[in-house]
Amino acid sequence: MSMQPPSVVQNSGQVLPAGHEPANLGDILERVLDRGIVIAGDIRVSLLDIELLTLKLRLVIASVDTARQIGIDWWEHDPWLSSRARPPVEPGPRDPEQVEAERRPRVAARAERRAARREEWDEFDA
Amino acid sequence: MSSTLDRVAGADRPEAGTGVWLHGVVRDVEPAVLAAIPGMTGAPVRAVRAAGLVAVVSAAPLAEYGEQALRRNLEDLAWLERAARAHHAVVDALARRGPVVPARLATVHHDDARVAGQLTGRQAELTGLLDRLTGRGEWGVKGYQVPGALPRASEDAGAGGAGAAYLRRRRAQLTAREQGQRIAAEAAAAVHDTLAGYAVAARRHAPQDRRLSGAPTPMVLNGAYLVESARLPGFTALVAALGERHPELRLELTGPWPPYSFAEERPAGPALTVREPAC
Repeated sequence: MSMQPPSVVQNSGQVLPAGHEPANLGDILERVLDRGIVIAGDIRVSLLDIELLTLKLRLVIASVDTARQIGIDWWEHDPWLSSRARPPVEPGPRDPEQVEAERRPRVAARAERRAARREEWDEFDA
Repeated sequence: MSSTLDRVAGADRPEAGTGVWLHGVVRDVEPAVLAAIPGMTGAPVRAVRAAGLVAVVSAAPLAEYGEQALRRNLEDLAWLERAARAHHAVVDALARRGPVVPARLATVHHDDARVAGQLTGRQAELTGLLDRLTGRGEWGVKGYQVPGALPRASEDAGAGGAGAAYLRRRRAQLTAREQGQRIAAEAAAAVHDTLAGYAVAARRHAPQDRRLSGAPTPMVLNGAYLVESARLPGFTALVAALGERHPELRLELTGPWPPYSFAEERPAGPALTVREPAC
């Protein structure tokens, strides 16, 4: 198989040689963990059994279908992630800004309700 | 190779003996080539031959690659990186010499006979795969959303308090984000369809999380394409042209990869697409 050196195409359409850079770790990990032929070895370590690591990598790397098979589908019920039929799976810890953004209007609404109740009482008292 | 492993379930003490780590399967390979490829422990890889096929393997001391040890080590990102790079380096070295069916990480057998048994048992499948992969390479095309292509949210001041204004602004931002995502998703699908039409086979993988991709904007396309070596210049040109046609995406071409994405005879699920072009 005669192969040309690896290259990177930027959106400018320019093809840049990238042959001497070591391959990106993320690219390697998703390939060796999630792809390649599955041959039942004697040492049975299901990669899905690995707790801490797969908790991250599972969500990061595993295909949507793999994730569903192991019962991870919460992004489908999360309105912030399921605005489209098939969202890119980008779960993980919630963005603190998003959490804060969701919290703020609720807090504001509560404050307004409290203020409204106070005004009623003020009128009543007056 | 020890085939009489003292495998004690749940024991704390390290497992003794040496297992066999499978890197991949090839049709044939010169012993001199293998002698120059370092395996998992740094020692050269070697061949296990059966059924007219060659499994390229590493010695895997069970103290490090046994069941207990693997379970622990795979949790260790530094260990995982070293193992992933070592395994990939072997598969990659083989792929540069000819077709290879890459094995998934951490495929460990007790001894050579067990590996040979797999070659014999799956001979037809493996031979078919090797035929299909001959003269072809895997190329990755990733597409990142370009935020500049997002329609901007209109900021009209309306009635209501600060809370209402905040909610309006938030809604507008969300709409813009959804539109941007939709535009990028449509472009990603168009790019993938075009590339899949040119390639021998194509897979669309889940986009990488930003923590993995390290990119500043979301990945919307993570495609793998099996391309005839002779048609590679055309494929590269096509990627470049698609990049020009879709400014809403930043395309990145990587490869050649060993055919990790095409090491299965059929796609595993509906998320994957395969096309056989009439060429």
